[in-house]
Amino acid sequence: MYIYDDYDQKIVDQRVAQYRDQTRRYLAGELTDEEFRPLRLQNGLYIQRHAPMLRVAIPYGHLRSAQVRKLAELARKYDKGYVHFTTRQNVQYNWPALENVPEMLAELATVQMHGIQTSGACIRNTTSDQFAGVAHDEIVDPRPWCEIIRQWSTFHPEFAHLPRKFKIAVNGAVEDRAAVLVHDVGINVKLNEAGEVGFEIFVGGGLGRTPMIGDLIKPWLEPKHLLTYLNAVLRVYNRYGRRDNKYKARIKILVKALTPEVFAAKVEQEWAFEKDGVQTLTEAEIARNHRFFTAPAYETLPVEDAAFTAAKAEHPAFARWVERNVFAHKVAGYAAVTFSLKKTGVPPGDATDAQLEDVANLADRFSFGEVRVSHGQNLILADVKQSELFALWEEAKRIGFATPNIGLLTDLICCPGGDFCALANAKSIPVAQAIQERFDDLDYLFDLGEIDMNMSGCINACGHHHVGNIGILGVDKNNAEYYQITLGGRQGADAKIGKVIGPSFAQDEMPDVMSKIIDVFVAHREGDERFIDVFDRIGAEPFKAKVYEGKPIRKEKADV
Amino acid sequence: MSKVIINREIVENRWTRVIADAEGGVSVPSEGAILVPYQYWLANREALAGREVAVCFAPDDEPESLPVDANTFSMIACDFPAFTDGRGFSIGRLLRVRYGFTGELRAVGDVFKDTLNYLARCGFTAFDVRADKDINEAIKGIDDFTEFYQSSVDVPNPLFLRRPVAA
Ligand code: HEM
Ligand code: SF4
Repeated sequence: MYIYDDYDQKIVDQRVAQYRDQTRRYLAGELTDEEFRPLRLQNGLYIQRHAPMLRVAIPYGHLRSAQVRKLAELARKYDKGYVHFTTRQNVQYNWPALENVPEMLAELATVQMHGIQTSGACIRNTTSDQFAGVAHDEIVDPRPWCEIIRQWSTFHPEFAHLPRKFKIAVNGAVEDRAAVLVHDVGINVKLNEAGEVGFEIFVGGGLGRTPMIGDLIKPWLEPKHLLTYLNAVLRVYNRYGRRDNKYKARIKILVKALTPEVFAAKVEQEWAFEKDGVQTLTEAEIARNHRFFTAPAYETLPVEDAAFTAAKAEHPAFARWVERNVFAHKVAGYAAVTFSLKKTGVPPGDATDAQLEDVANLADRFSFGEVRVSHGQNLILADVKQSELFALWEEAKRIGFATPNIGLLTDLICCPGGDFCALANAKSIPVAQAIQERFDDLDYLFDLGEIDMNMSGCINACGHHHVGNIGILGVDKNNAEYYQITLGGRQGADAKIGKVIGPSFAQDEMPDVMSKIIDVFVAHREGDERFIDVFDRIGAEPFKAKVYEGKPIRKEKADV
Repeated sequence: MSKVIINREIVENRWTRVIADAEGGVSVPSEGAILVPYQYWLANREALAGREVAVCFAPDDEPESLPVDANTFSMIACDFPAFTDGRGFSIGRLLRVRYGFTGELRAVGDVFKDTLNYLARCGFTAFDVRADKDINEAIKGIDDFTEFYQSSVDVPNPLFLRRPVAA
């Protein structure tokens, strides 16, 4: 993991001092609401429905156990004893008092954490594959590159006030678990035939009001040019991105308006001036960042641990958990374990302070003291010995994180929605719960196989509903909360935006609607086909027919 | 006379800033050093010849379009109509790095303590702090941060070229 030196620490400490002073001036009336707003946002402080909300950065999803303990401590001291992990590998406090935030940030700084650029119109926290460095299908470890981007983007003076938020994701595996195609800039780290590392650069993806898949503008970028090239992309966006209409301000609109080819040409033109300039990465700097992401002290172990195999045979529930929540590791005898934060009855992504303490202890005991956050809002211990999986499973059960549902219907992604978010059109947590309750038969859930269900409380799409196989979007209809369904969305290398199937439904209809969709899937399924494959084969019509069966045909403007 | 920050000192502002009115009209005082909108200067270069004149770039003006060497001017300003409009950061940087401007680069408009550090790093050396803000407080903002990761105009080498690295 990346460890701060005096420079990094000084930057974070100076931020704490700056924000302390900004808060003081705001409370003293020296800064207006309007002035304070962008300043606090760039520190992760929103004003939500009930209280301020503080978003804390977890760069590319990595945490040390000491950091997890600090998150727990802050949840106890300054909040209501729990935190929320987000789809952007960040963590949120829902109830801090504005006056306490400088102190919280000061405490976070003691464990090398902060709220820098977790919100606001700046380059946000860079995200990546939660299995980076351990995934069996990894081509290149993306983390050193994420860290290089993190440093470059932190307080970048030229890009502190962009037209809109800006998100970068980096993937280095065969399967794309970082959703690079729905980011403002998505980067695939690749190897060429000569074994050299290079980047594939996509721009203009994003969800929200106008969901779009990113376009490839640079099929091969040499590593040393990473920062000068990104600088060029950002400069073109900063200068020419729309600022007159915040709904048209994201880079995707500019890329579409210019066409990806013209946008790419503008970037090349801009890049020509700074290419090979002073920001060109040196071998030494690349090597320095790689040194933080070396393998921990793995033992030499058999590919398959005998006791582990025996335990699976003996305990079907354990075997089931292994099947869903344990991910193949690139080192023999090790595994990556996902703790499900999607237990029925708990808001997806929430964890209590006690659970966090437990996770920190388990990380110390089983996984080199490291914890990760996935964009599916779960926690990961990435380096667990097979021989210890059984013991870990028992601990995970004890703390309520062993629901064996990763990738299944009840492992749904869900934004905080109307319970917390001031922008929401509808609640999402109770809908998630009702659906989880409907599908609480684990055997059935297992039989259904992989289904991504993603839900957002409004068109901003924080819950990534557009790229869920089944997407649920909260809409407002005559001041009542309704839910619109999209089908066919997916993330990954073949990312696609789902299509709205028709008029929306009331909250109490949702579990039935979901059952009908699943029934259609089951009726048409051949063998072990996945939901999305069935959908691709039969299209939306059979689903529509079933879901709207007996319903009066209402016309409704589809609001994607 | 109002005060401005120039090269980290609070001094008298000797430039009169001329702004277009709602109809786009510009009325230029007959005497003294004037700071005029860049577009106005482009359209009235001959009439302004001989005057001590500086130009002010609006966020959508392009330094690329400057028909003369930037160093023809002793002072160039960029307007920040709202501090959240970051286009002026790029303009400042381009004027310094690409067009080699060495004179006074001044930020005008919605300028106050919390943006001075960023502005300084984009090459601004002068700050016309908003009249309703305390300039003595604002000047401290220049040093909100004293260490930076990335290349900037004031400290061109990124941290990775400055950081002593253990081999
Ligand atoms: C205070 C609560 C929140 C507010 C006010 C908020 C606001 C927004 C807004 C306005 C957008 C649309 C941006 C655009 O399209 O330009 C957005 C998108 C998004 N937000 Fe949030 N959000 C909040 C909480 C969250 C949470 C809890 C998550 C994760 C669980 C999240 C993750 C995202 C993601 C992934 C997107 C879509 C990104 C994209 O379009 O590329 N946000 N949010
Ligand atoms: S999708 Fe809407 S309701 Fe959900 S967190 Fe984002 S802004 Fe709030």
